[in-house]
Amino acid sequence: MSATQPASTTGRIPSRTSGEEVIESEDRKQTHRIVYAIVENQRGVLHRISGMFRAKGFNITSISIGGTSSPDLARMTIVPKGDEDSLQLLVKQLQKMIDVIEVGIMTHSESVARELALVKFETHDYKGRNAILDLSNSLGARAVDIARDSIVVEFTATPERIEFFIIEASKSGVVKEIVRTGLTALKRGLQ
Amino acid sequence: VSKISGSKALIKSLQNEGANVLFGMPGGANLPIYDELYNSEIRHILVRHEQLAAHMADGFARVSRRPGVCLATSGPGATNLVTGIATAYMDSIPMVAITGQVATTSIGRDAFQECDIMGVASPVTKYAFQPLNPALIPDMVKKAFHIASTGRPGPVLIDIPKDIQTGEAEMEFSKNVNIRGYNPVVEPDPVQIEKAIELILNAERPMILAGGGVAIAGAFQELQALAEALMCPVATTFKGKGVFNETHPLALGPIGMHGHLEANRLILEADVLLAVGTRFSDRSTGKVSDFVPKTTVIHIDVDPSEINKNKKADLGIVGDVKASMRMMINSIVHRAQRGETQKWKKRFAEVKENCKNEWKIDMSKVSALSILKKLREVLPHDSLVTTEVGQCQMWASLHFDVIEPGTFYSSTGLGTMGFGFPAAVGAKVAAPNRPVLDIAGDGSFNMTEAALATSVLDNIPVIVVILNNTMLGMVAQWQRLFYQRRYNGVKLYGIPDFVKLAEAYRAQGLRVQSVDEFAKAVRLGLRSDVTTVIDIPISPEEDVFPFVVPGTALKDMVIA
Repeated sequence: MSATQPASTTGRIPSRTSGEEVIESEDRKQTHRIVYAIVENQRGVLHRISGMFRAKGFNITSISIGGTSSPDLARMTIVPKGDEDSLQLLVKQLQKMIDVIEVGIMTHSESVARELALVKFETHDYKGRNAILDLSNSLGARAVDIARDSIVVEFTATPERIEFFIIEASKSGVVKEIVRTGLTALKRGLQ
Repeated sequence: VSKISGSKALIKSLQNEGANVLFGMPGGANLPIYDELYNSEIRHILVRHEQLAAHMADGFARVSRRPGVCLATSGPGATNLVTGIATAYMDSIPMVAITGQVATTSIGRDAFQECDIMGVASPVTKYAFQPLNPALIPDMVKKAFHIASTGRPGPVLIDIPKDIQTGEAEMEFSKNVNIRGYNPVVEPDPVQIEKAIELILNAERPMILAGGGVAIAGAFQELQALAEALMCPVATTFKGKGVFNETHPLALGPIGMHGHLEANRLILEADVLLAVGTRFSDRSTGKVSDFVPKTTVIHIDVDPSEINKNKKADLGIVGDVKASMRMMINSIVHRAQRGETQKWKKRFAEVKENCKNEWKIDMSKVSALSILKKLREVLPHDSLVTTEVGQCQMWASLHFDVIEPGTFYSSTGLGTMGFGFPAAVGAKVAAPNRPVLDIAGDGSFNMTEAALATSVLDNIPVIVVILNNTMLGMVAQWQRLFYQRRYNGVKLYGIPDFVKLAEAYRAQGLRVQSVDEFAKAVRLGLRSDVTTVIDIPISPEEDVFPFVVPGTALKDMVIA
């Protein structure tokens, strides 16, 4: 089963006359690259970085932060909102920050990118519950809590697959709560 | 190793950094530091409001090109510093601001005079430290000075809880500093520099745009050598005013909203623009999309995030402007003569001459223009000049030529009214043997006049020239031009009487009614060992022209 396609595949609208500026759709302007940053794992770092985003007017889709193999370093994965120029400015501002040790940009194809979602459904009959369990099994998600009239499914996948799962599963049960970690990503292979 | 207190470690660390002057005000949460200062050789200069301490440290730093240090207590003391810190941040001035904080056991409990100054100051500091263990203080101070003074300089805050000031620990004072996430690029890429030279030497109408970065790097000689080697005119930004002798035949003066006629006109004719140490601020460029749209722009800056931020560069070079210009000069020396530029030389000489003739200043009448022109005649070339913000500042930019590079200081980024006077006091502390003068307006001077107390009691004599139009003049000008003269909140009615005010602080107050009287008053001030305030009543409704109206381009400059 394939996940929903990201909206980015919409093509260029051809220009009417040659020489006229090509009109690009909003989606094409949106960068699809992911930024990671290795940062000092200390008090106030998240505040400084999120404060910089606010102060400089950068918007982001998600940010996730967690430990690394070194206890004094943390790793952030940032999915920026905006075009390629704004991505470049964001990266430069990150590089400028004293708590930031390393910044990199990844494309989806050169990286493994995953997000974890926990979704709680309200289910009143076996039919609905089984449909959600079947869907979960077929996508590689799993139920982590099953109560009398609810079920919690854990799904680690790309954001697009998670969205697909939620839309499909909501046909069989009422979505009560969703929690998502935001994207985390690593580059493929050793450079 | 014996243990010492956090306060003692702080003082020792400051001395290790060569910080021998500190501008500050005591309070409950920095008493242990003041007690240590009692025995130290650091010169403490008391202010009457913490904002003045920050501006004084700023003025001190601009002149000495070393971090200025200011000290305040927690809560309101710390927040009072913020305007001064933000001013320094916007103008990339090295500063170390030290604040007391409530004890670690009280943090987060809304204790008396508690304020999360780390959070407040975060967007206006290059970095902020809060030691939670006294043993961390030496390392943090070392790092603070390093961060403040290297790369693109800026203010750094050290917020020290009271129990950390009194707490004792074994201290290690290292000479080395290593911050793994902070390695500013200084040396430019020689390949990029060669590309830049190629572009300039092949240009027909090259021009240099010098920003404040030239002053920060102290690259005055390099700029002049480069301009002369290329025979290329030099415009500056307002922050860069005076980085190049403004009476030099190649000088055009500042561009921008109230830029010089010749600068705003000629920059539009340049085919290659070498921009050094500037961020292309909106006040310099006018509508940025119409700013030199067809010109090839080479942009050199020590801060990589400035390249392509406001203005797209055709060639961006990251590096210290001094090192970059040196590299360029060395390379040019070894080259054959450049292409034909006689036409361009003739052209800019002609434009300069025409623009000069456009200004007719009536020296028999008191006006901002005649006063500033006279001031240039009377004031020694090595004097240090600060300005306040508003019309007085723009008139200074237009009609006071800086001759010795690097002697003009203004709050150009944040535009902080009240900056000039305390900054002048700080400048005088850094250069006690030079005359220091603040070009002020009545509105601005009113904001930080309490620095008179410090200047008198600590024997820091400066001269303040108040162009007194009894108005918040720049706001009034905008209300005249854009709001149908509906004056609101701009009339100050000549209150206070600045002569009496000066006398109340035991300073010298003089009011002048003619240009000759003004010249005499300045000479008196230059000889005086006490601060002199010269009050000059001028017309309340004089406008600053030329004017590039906000939202329009340099080409739309309004002359009068």
